[in-house]
Amino acid sequence: MSNTILSVEGLRVQFSLRGKVLNAIRDVSLTLEKGESLAIVGESGSGKSVLCKTFMGLLDANGSITAGHIWFGGEDLTQYTTEKQWLGIRGKKIAMVMQDPMTSLNPLKTVGAQITEAVVLHQGLSGEAARAETVRILGDVGITDPERRYKQYPHEFSGGMRQRVVIAIAVACRPEILICDEPTTALDVTIQAQILHLIRQLKEKYQLTTIYITHDLGVVASVADRIAVMYAGDIVEIGRCEEVFCDPRHPYTWALLSSLPQLAERGDELYSIQGTPPNLFTEIQGDAFAPRNPHALKIDFVKRPPYFEVSPTHRARTWLLDPRAPKVEPPESIRKLREGGLWK
Amino acid sequence: MSNSNTPLVQVKDLTVTFGSGRQKFTAVQNVSFDIRRGETFGLVGESGSGKTTIGRAIIRVNPVAGGEILYNGQRISGRIPRALDREVTRKLQMIFQDPMSSLNERAKVDYIVSEGLYGRGLSEAQRREKVEQALREVGLLPEFASRFPHEFSGGQRQRIGIARALIMEPEFIVADEPISALDVSIRAQVLNLLSQLQKQRGLTYLFISHDLSVMRFICDRIAVIHLGRLVELADTETLFRHPLHPYTRALLSAVPIPDPRAEREKKLVVYDPSCHEYDADPPAWCEAEPGHFVRANRRELDAYQTILQQNGDNDHD
Repeated sequence: MSNTILSVEGLRVQFSLRGKVLNAIRDVSLTLEKGESLAIVGESGSGKSVLCKTFMGLLDANGSITAGHIWFGGEDLTQYTTEKQWLGIRGKKIAMVMQDPMTSLNPLKTVGAQITEAVVLHQGLSGEAARAETVRILGDVGITDPERRYKQYPHEFSGGMRQRVVIAIAVACRPEILICDEPTTALDVTIQAQILHLIRQLKEKYQLTTIYITHDLGVVASVADRIAVMYAGDIVEIGRCEEVFCDPRHPYTWALLSSLPQLAERGDELYSIQGTPPNLFTEIQGDAFAPRNPHALKIDFVKRPPYFEVSPTHRARTWLLDPRAPKVEPPESIRKLREGGLWK
Repeated sequence: MSNSNTPLVQVKDLTVTFGSGRQKFTAVQNVSFDIRRGETFGLVGESGSGKTTIGRAIIRVNPVAGGEILYNGQRISGRIPRALDREVTRKLQMIFQDPMSSLNERAKVDYIVSEGLYGRGLSEAQRREKVEQALREVGLLPEFASRFPHEFSGGQRQRIGIARALIMEPEFIVADEPISALDVSIRAQVLNLLSQLQKQRGLTYLFISHDLSVMRFICDRIAVIHLGRLVELADTETLFRHPLHPYTRALLSAVPIPDPRAEREKKLVVYDPSCHEYDADPPAWCEAEPGHFVRANRRELDAYQTILQQNGDNDHD
């Protein structure tokens, strides 16, 4: 496909920790289409942030890519070794918005100076032109009275406003891909809705391709074209937004959706996933989710399932989709979601 | 004095201020509500709206500048006898938002959980037994008592925070955003634990959050607070079905729905405080229908009641 902007093939990432090897990403393949927005959903420790950090060469020093390729703009990013090579990508082509706006800004510099820095570096403007561009971007991200706000320091901004500034810095680099790592987790629900709306607007205006990283499936319904569900360093299900929400196939996706309080009735027990995520220090046998999966088959503990195609855009890694597998009905709340009788 | 009809907690015309003189800041202004025995009462609002301040005022952490707080019909705000103070600090407990920062990193779980028991005339053996029991009750192993907080995951730490509240055998717990800092899957476990404890022990909760989707699941009644004033109070279902105040409607529209079709049709309502005309006709805290309170002036109240009338007719159809 000519429309692919980034493609990941068989990626494996390992970290060495106290003499032991941790398998953070286990054989992930993924393609990102130009102009789409992809959401990567998973629990903490599932590898969703690590995966996106590999796109920008931001892995910690003890981490390394042991197999696979990341193709971006005709080059293989896994072959990059020097900081100089990465500077051509990081910020310039792929930018990132971090989770906590309270810690991602420099408290000693004015907001304007921090955005101007990116404008000067990446757009090659200087002096008055750079300043004018910064003020324009500040207005773009919905900050009122940008001329005055330009001179203020981060502590004079509220959480939501700071996140807008962080987004302004990312957009000032004119990237092709914008990665938002839990952009709203630290924010209020009302502010969250505004920030998500803002990112959507900017995506249209600057023709960005966006990746959202989140643990909350409830948040992504409004923003994602496609959803990838990650578990234990692997993408277990990927499909278009409607497909994953209305016709989920992997038991882990069922479990994630069922544990949303939006889907439960008051007074009922809320579904919670039993057990703990697997130990990534050991090589995982079979399906990583099998020990916590009430629908697990015998083969799940022995052999890792391949991807089964549900539709051309929807695939899931579970033996339940094998034609020989017994038929398992998704839980009650998933059926309710499919019929759309929700929140009424 | 305390029969089952008196609400467990009564907040009357509560005002809380910080600082004095020109620095004076009013965080909570003329707030009144009752919390019934055995219910889960929700307090929802954005950050800075004063919801935590109210919770802290009830457990006597923040001093009250005006109004009073009654517990079991007895005043517990302001100056109270020492014996009552000791009783209140035992019966009213709090669970904090961030399990990463609310536990003493240098103390063992054993001490963290049982700190409140010291000076209450228990022998060492009794204390140990209580710690063991409290840990079991929140689904942790008694062996964990000798460990430090950094050895636990976020969900486990929140359980330690809950055990710390439970060990005092409280009647009333202020849960201040107990699940906001947790992963979705862990959230479910903590919510289930809270409601299970409520059933077993007949606890009453004040549940503070900014997330209405969680509130709908756990709360019996919800009060909406905006900039230190209550704007609406109703049964959970009533509030979700017939929200009156524009701020409540804005909050409801911001709740993410896990359904792409519904999300696409949804319209985000943004609350604009200047939509009220309060200069000529000041607002008051009125009862629009039985049990459903809203902050409105006379004109707004008339409009709200018309809406309720129409909704009521539609519901019967």
